Amino acid sequence: MNALVNVKNLHKSFVLHGQGGVALEVMQSLSLELHAGECLVLAGRSGIGKSTLLKMLYGNYRVSGGSITLNFHDGALELSDLPVHAWHPLRREVIGYVSQFLRVVPRVSACEVVMEPLLARGTDAAEARARAETLLARLNLPQRLWRLPPGTFSGGEQQRVNIARGFIAEHPILLLDEPTASLDATNRAVVIELISEAKARGAALLGIFHDADVRERVADRLLPLDDHLIAKTTFSPEAHS
Amino acid sequence: MKRSELAGPALAKPVLDRSALLDVQDISRLYGPGKGCESIDFRLHAGEVLGIVGESGSGKSTLLRVLAGLETPDAGRVIYHTNDGELDLYAISEARRRALLRLEWGLVHQNPRDGLRMGVSAGANVGERLMALGERHYGNLRAAGQDWMTQVELDAGRIDDAPLTFSGGMQQRLQIARTLVTRPRLVFMDEPTGGLDVSVQARLLDMIRTLVRQLGLSVVLVTHDLAVARLLSHRLLVMRRGQVVEAGLTDQILDDPQHAYTQLLVSSVLTP
Amino acid sequence: MNGYNFAYLDEQTKRMIRRALLKAVAIPGYQVPFGGREMPMPYGWGTGGMQLTASILGGDDVLKVIDQGADDTTNAVSIRAFFERVAGVETTTATAAADVIQTRHRIPETPLEHDQILVFQVPIPEPLRFIEPSEQETRLMHALEEYGVMHVKLYEDIARYGHIATTYAYPVKVDGRYVMDPSPIPKFDNPKLDMSAALMLFGAGREKRLYAIPPYTRVESLDFEDHPFEIQQWDEHCALCGSDHSFLDEVITDDAGNRLFICSDTDYCLTRRGEVA
Repeated sequence: MNALVNVKNLHKSFVLHGQGGVALEVMQSLSLELHAGECLVLAGRSGIGKSTLLKMLYGNYRVSGGSITLNFHDGALELSDLPVHAWHPLRREVIGYVSQFLRVVPRVSACEVVMEPLLARGTDAAEARARAETLLARLNLPQRLWRLPPGTFSGGEQQRVNIARGFIAEHPILLLDEPTASLDATNRAVVIELISEAKARGAALLGIFHDADVRERVADRLLPLDDHLIAKTTFSPEAHS
Repeated sequence: MKRSELAGPALAKPVLDRSALLDVQDISRLYGPGKGCESIDFRLHAGEVLGIVGESGSGKSTLLRVLAGLETPDAGRVIYHTNDGELDLYAISEARRRALLRLEWGLVHQNPRDGLRMGVSAGANVGERLMALGERHYGNLRAAGQDWMTQVELDAGRIDDAPLTFSGGMQQRLQIARTLVTRPRLVFMDEPTGGLDVSVQARLLDMIRTLVRQLGLSVVLVTHDLAVARLLSHRLLVMRRGQVVEAGLTDQILDDPQHAYTQLLVSSVLTP
Repeated sequence: MNGYNFAYLDEQTKRMIRRALLKAVAIPGYQVPFGGREMPMPYGWGTGGMQLTASILGGDDVLKVIDQGADDTTNAVSIRAFFERVAGVETTTATAAADVIQTRHRIPETPLEHDQILVFQVPIPEPLRFIEPSEQETRLMHALEEYGVMHVKLYEDIARYGHIATTYAYPVKVDGRYVMDPSPIPKFDNPKLDMSAALMLFGAGREKRLYAIPPYTRVESLDFEDHPFEIQQWDEHCALCGSDHSFLDEVITDDAGNRLFICSDTDYCLTRRGEVA
């Protein structure tokens, strides 16, 4: 059976024009396969390029070399040179992303933040709200917070809103960037359940988990990233964005 | 290693192509060297929000005026795709172009005073485009006015008040209602949150996002504010000295800028 | 009269104005620019109307001049005297006897015939001016039939007063094409413009524009489906002739606030009283 996602010889460098055009090589020759129904967990020290890989898969970072191919039953789709206008429908229908931090939109309530991926697909507002509330309840977000904008929430509360938003649309491919980082044990367990359910419905998940316990419980495979992937490792791409 | 047999139903390739709405072909409008816009090319798809960012004087407002039919370019074409075929914006008759601007397109000015009739009531402002379309039923016009004021979160009870008595944020929302009442396919926005207080901006941005989604609008948005661009636009054009220096997905431009100028622009933003 | 050409204006000027009038008749409701001449009176006293009258007047024509419907007001008397002097034409106050009627503010109650011409004195010829100050823009709006704003004004009336409160200079659409300001006649007179047997000419002296409604032309007053055009109505009858269907003026008769209503069209009222008596 073909992998759903096929990454071959992926290469990423950043050219910093402000610093005299210095080129930072952050990834070289990374290859991986991701199958439907599995959770592949990226391992390796901080700054090794795990988030960089997720961001390349999600289109936030350009691909400097190599290929990312999605294999649909009726044909393949190459992401490294995907036309710009195709990214939004692809993100709406296929690739979901749970980032570490919630990008707060002022004035939009937690519930609406969670509903949005469904509304974007044209789901009826009442149904979207019901599903959002179910998820927020499962993630133990106090009901009084649902109608409030998450800007003033604690880190853990924001993280749960973010997770609900990431899981609500049941994307076939889900990228998880430390979704459990600021959660307590109870809510970590909920996230593990959500991941298991996603796998059960055939989603392919690629994640970064610092928590060794979570990692062990969700990972079907581990992909260790190590320094030979990277020529110069002095650069942290996060500092860039 | 567990290779899943649980894999769900075979996944079909999603439809990623969207129909073209506007083709901008090699547009130039120069007032002097580096003043104006030069050799601009892009395609806007149905349902897309395209942000044009850059500093003041980068030519983004000139480009918007040319796209919106308000200023004839020195060279190049603006092609609008309708259900009945293509229209070359500056080759069609002025009558046709003005009808298009009035009914199928919309323009939201930075200063609501430029887009509203300040001396007549809010209801008349909202109803004007409908009257231009031939609506001759006062009751219907009134109902549409109340409906749209509610949609832009204005008190429909103030339908007979003049915009002069409204705050800046309310005026801007009224301008948007006035523009959207004919359900345009394409809307141009020039710094729509420009002159507003930050708290008022947030409310307006959220409203614009919701309306864009609900009405399936295509939008060309000019802004110097990268946060506004990130919030509203799917794609960005970065302009400098009249030219597009970088174009791409909004996230990608802001998270992984390629051009030296874009890197400078992105790194110059203050984040609280 | 020595030293002046017949009817004051020189023949070249009259020809120029007649050419403009021909164009105006050919394009009903369209404002034609003309080279306005200085008349021996200030703008606002009917200089536009007088130039038109001077250009169409023949030696054997009979002229009537009214102001607010009356033949005996200062403006009407002066203009009548002016043409008696510079053209030596016969004048009259009887509507039916006149060939040319110059008017300010009214259309006579007596229906006009196909061999009569009504000349209007117009202060502001552009019906779109209230909303659009630029002449270039209003011309374009006429050319492209962008008349939505006319209804903005009527909408505003209803929103403010519950009905269309415009009572004078009520805008009309001529022959289904041009929106026209019928000059400050009461809207009571608007229906008389529609399918009129007489030729109607409009002259604005300060703005140097003239326009026309040829005989038997469709003239519709703008309105809304649910607020149709209506003319003024009075509970009173004319205190002098008893008319219940003419345009009435309210006249205060003493310091105690007593008042009565009389026909604004003096010739009509007198004629009726002659008949009645």
